[in-house]
Amino acid sequence: MSISKDEVRHVAKLARLELSEEEIEKFSNQLSQILEHAARVQELDLENLEPLTHAVDRRNVFRSDEVKECLSREEALSNAPEREGEFFKIPPIV
Amino acid sequence: MSLEKLLKEKGYEAVIGLEIHTELQTNSKMFCGCPARVFGLEPNTAVCPICLGLPGTLPVPNQKAVEWTVKIALALNCKINEFSQFHRKNYFYPDMPKNYQISQYDYPIGVNGYLEIETSKGQKRIRIHRVHLEEDTGKLVHVGRTGRISEAEYSLIDFNRAGVPLVEIVTEADIETPEEAKVFMQTLRSVLLTLEVSDCNMEEGSLRCDANVSIRPKGSTSFGTKTEIKNLNSFRALEKGLEYEIKRQLETVLSGKKVVQETRHWDDANKRTVTLRTKEEAHDYRYFPEPDMVPMEISTQIVEKIRSELPELPFEKKKRFIREYSIKEKDAGILVSDKEMAEFFEEAARLSNNPQAVANIILSELLYHLNESDVWFSDIRITPKHISDLVNLLESGKISSKIAKEVFAEAFKTGKNPEEIVRERGLEQISDDTMLESIIYEVLNENPQAVKDFKEGKKQAIGFLVGQVMKKTQGKANPQMVNEKILEILSNN
Repeated sequence: MSISKDEVRHVAKLARLELSEEEIEKFSNQLSQILEHAARVQELDLENLEPLTHAVDRRNVFRSDEVKECLSREEALSNAPEREGEFFKIPPIV
Repeated sequence: MSLEKLLKEKGYEAVIGLEIHTELQTNSKMFCGCPARVFGLEPNTAVCPICLGLPGTLPVPNQKAVEWTVKIALALNCKINEFSQFHRKNYFYPDMPKNYQISQYDYPIGVNGYLEIETSKGQKRIRIHRVHLEEDTGKLVHVGRTGRISEAEYSLIDFNRAGVPLVEIVTEADIETPEEAKVFMQTLRSVLLTLEVSDCNMEEGSLRCDANVSIRPKGSTSFGTKTEIKNLNSFRALEKGLEYEIKRQLETVLSGKKVVQETRHWDDANKRTVTLRTKEEAHDYRYFPEPDMVPMEISTQIVEKIRSELPELPFEKKKRFIREYSIKEKDAGILVSDKEMAEFFEEAARLSNNPQAVANIILSELLYHLNESDVWFSDIRITPKHISDLVNLLESGKISSKIAKEVFAEAFKTGKNPEEIVRERGLEQISDDTMLESIIYEVLNENPQAVKDFKEGKKQAIGFLVGQVMKKTQGKANPQMVNEKILEILSNN
């Protein structure tokens, strides 16, 4: 199981990471090793086991439909890198 | 040429699937305690660390939103997945502060359902692929010369809507015409309103619709390349947008070009669809199970409890109306398409011994006046009792159907009882024979030519004479009686 450099580029792009050619080479190797390890785990006979997606064996944790206090707008916007009036301000999208 | 004719002539058919989103009107948001009814609130005032995705916060699902989704899925005849869970849908569009939306992936709450619709061509079953629960996104305002995203200098975000419970309903590609798509949406809306889970206000965005559409040679079993159309946010936009897009695809194919798979935006002002510029690879969502929440187990007991509490749905109501009130199937279909209209009809029908006449008045006069004055049942002065009284006045022959229209208009405007209106304005039908005869003689004397024509065999001349009598009596005579009397008089002379 190996991860090609193109796949690394694709994943990096999806994650908005800028990688140098050296890094792509490096991560391609490292990611391949991780997947090889996962492939070894997959050799185990898990025929009759349900996939485990959560480490905690609990179900149905809900909250009741009640309104709680919100942040004030000033608090909400206080961490924003940029704001304009009542809004969060962001760079152009496309 | 109509689209239907055009497709037929060229040997093509359209294949349409809809993706509908409806905001649930719970008190609080999907995963936090912020209010869920945020329309019209000041920007960024219904937000908290959870829906802003601040580090270290944990979402907890709203039980009512989950139950309501089960309710919707059951009303759409879905199978409820006993095991269901939330997934993260990862993407980099900045309408969510977390860079992912909590949604559902391979274990949605409901699957494999259907909804029966009633089009001009009869009844049809549209299959439902899935019903799942997710959170709504924030709202973006693009600032620039045009307000379009592609020309924006920067954008502004209001996160109030982020985290509002949102149910996604996906149909199978069973829809064949823009009309069917529209009727499906209308039917679905009336189901959702009956369930009282959403106000389904399309203008305010609490009910939204995207469509997948492609065309293929008629009879083909494979699919053509599809486009996704966004912003179909009124019944009219849905119908017009699909018509436009199907025509566009047909023209593309007929000119030897290929339809490009893309997302298009319905431009309602210019009545066309345009390519929506998005970044490449945007659709690799890398779904994975939401680790911050444990899975849900929806037991048979819970499902059956919710099922037993379902209200009477429009389709069932229609069958009952036909059974209990012996009204025409088509009329019943229209009456149940709106909850308020169905209630209004039923109240009036119970008071009357002629429910079909009640239905006739509601579907002709009342709908006409509602459209004219742009109001709906909850805002009107005329009552179900008034309708049944009007039917009685008509049935007993006290007023003619022409006068009934006038009385209706007055009752609609003022909220006065029809009997009172008839009494006050002296609109009762002339039932006094001598009085009617003297008016008829007057008319015959004034119109010797018509009388002559009639005697010479022009039978249609009698219509003119009846009309003159009706005019003289200001519509208060019974036209059939007048007709008979004129015939009697003329054949005796």
